Amino acid sequence: MTLLTIRNLSVTFDTASGPFKAVDGFDLVVEAGEILGIVGESGSGKSVAMLGLMGLLPPSATVTADALAFEGHDMRAIGARERRRLIGAEMSMIFQEPMSSLNPCFTVGYQIKESLRIHLGLDRKARHRRAIELLEQVGLPEPERRLSAFPHQLSGGMSQRVMIAMATACHPKLLIADEPTTALDVTIQAQILDLLVDLQKDHKMAMILITHDMGVVAETAHRVVVQYAGQQVERQSVETLFVEPHHPYTSALLSAIPERATGDRLPTIPGVVPGQGDRPNGCLFNPRCDRTDDICRTVVPPHQSAALGEALCHYPLNTAGKAA
Amino acid sequence: MSVIVSADNLSQVYEVRRGLFAKPLGLKAVKEASFTVEEGETLAIVGESGCGKSTLARILTMIEEPTEGELIIDGVSISAGHSEGAKRLRSTVQIVFQNPYGALNPRQKVGAIITEPLKINTSLSGQQRREKAEAMLSQVGLRPEHYNRYPHMFSGGQRQRIAIARALILDPKILVLDEPVSALDVSIQAAVLNLLADLQDGLKLTYIFISHDLSVVRHVADRVLVMYLGRPVEIAPKEALYAGPRHPYTKALLSATPATNPNERGERIRLSGELPSPFDPPPGCSFNPRCPYANERCRTERPLLTEHGPTKVACFAVEEGRI
Repeated sequence: MTLLTIRNLSVTFDTASGPFKAVDGFDLVVEAGEILGIVGESGSGKSVAMLGLMGLLPPSATVTADALAFEGHDMRAIGARERRRLIGAEMSMIFQEPMSSLNPCFTVGYQIKESLRIHLGLDRKARHRRAIELLEQVGLPEPERRLSAFPHQLSGGMSQRVMIAMATACHPKLLIADEPTTALDVTIQAQILDLLVDLQKDHKMAMILITHDMGVVAETAHRVVVQYAGQQVERQSVETLFVEPHHPYTSALLSAIPERATGDRLPTIPGVVPGQGDRPNGCLFNPRCDRTDDICRTVVPPHQSAALGEALCHYPLNTAGKAA
Repeated sequence: MSVIVSADNLSQVYEVRRGLFAKPLGLKAVKEASFTVEEGETLAIVGESGCGKSTLARILTMIEEPTEGELIIDGVSISAGHSEGAKRLRSTVQIVFQNPYGALNPRQKVGAIITEPLKINTSLSGQQRREKAEAMLSQVGLRPEHYNRYPHMFSGGQRQRIAIARALILDPKILVLDEPVSALDVSIQAAVLNLLADLQDGLKLTYIFISHDLSVVRHVADRVLVMYLGRPVEIAPKEALYAGPRHPYTKALLSATPATNPNERGERIRLSGELPSPFDPPPGCSFNPRCPYANERCRTERPLLTEHGPTKVACFAVEEGRI
């Protein structure tokens, strides 16, 4: 069952030096109960696309899309009141910095119970019971005592567990996790990823995992979208992506991972991600690609077939035995 | 190869005030760390946040004086209370910090940032300083015309190159790299790691590479020192450490690092709990509350680093042959 459909989503920011397209032609279909990974370097527009979906962008942003449907609701036309009813209940998000995502002025218990009160309308006793249950579920020791703790009394890993408890309090159908483990140590990261995957299985919720870490994607996701300079350059299942990347950027990104390197120097991608002023013509990756020719420099590439990972490239890699 | 850094029982205690009249508490950030670094090698120091890696970096670069123990760098001794040696060593040991956005003064031009160490430590003329700085800029992969720009005009990777140029301008022998690539994207990270490798080969530098990322460490290190709660728990050559980690913490750390192969998702060692508070470290082995092999002895006695083949490890379970 299709839970979320995004077609041709664009986000443009009004800046002092003219409009800047942070997300361009973003397509996404999320089925119920799957884990979708979105990877890309900083500035590739992965978080902005999701914030646009949630309606959390500042007024300087213009969000346009051909379709933006969540569970039959058209998120483009939805009113603010209606949106607030969906967000936090059916669709929720956890952010990168657990320490700064919690309000330092209120106790953990207050912040968890808030969404239980507003979305589920539980009475005081039921809220308290449910809050303890939630903290237990996310593996926080001594949940009863933690309810009256303030965020500064918690470590990074514990704050992230609280965030997850809050985000899953109303059994959302879709959880968007924006770099949920980037600020955490590896042993804690492993715990949090396990927890997210367990919750996702138990609640049969869908999860969009935004990350820049290929390892995290390899470990958890079912399908992967690779994002570059606001565009999706490749969409594939995780098993094949790591074996047969079709877009040169994906391939370069994979070989730049120290773990996969063979020699004593790492293969690098020359140049930098294009910014506002220096967007190249044709394929956005052409100045950094080693297979560039005149077509790449002038013609915007089409998406290839699904067998080729829908790569946004004129000359996709690893084409042997695949229909173009 | 000769030993260029030798640390003997280094400890660093911070006094932390916990209220106006409360007695300050001693926080032992580094405890009895002993290790050596050979000339021209890369020693990686790994561990989670709060394990004392950065404190060790601050001691090695003489930003702080150790409260106990002795440090011999390039034949000059620095010990608690005797820091005359430190001045001579300032230009021998240099540091590159983690966050390239915070490490450069936004109001100084790149040229001023790079030449400042020369101004303080050498008697070169302005013209000579500039020439040297421009040569250094091209050596780290920037262009000499970047001399007159401000740090905000550069990307994270380029800023880290500027920080590296500043660290190398005094021709140091030892470079302490405190998480030099953890704030960078993977493609930029690869370029900076390559630059560091080129510089090490060209200038015969000794690196002390501090990181929490075991896949980066595997790529750059010759030897690895694993720290937990202020103490080294395992020191081993890279090959030995990655092929057969001995300490249970090293094992857990390695298996927690996500593998970049989706077909290798498997059962991993998951540590329960978090790093204990350094104010109140557990008695015995500091890893015992999270260790699956802990027994009575681990909870009361503290294991010392002992040699097991090429590896030095501080663990009773290894000593007694239980793992």
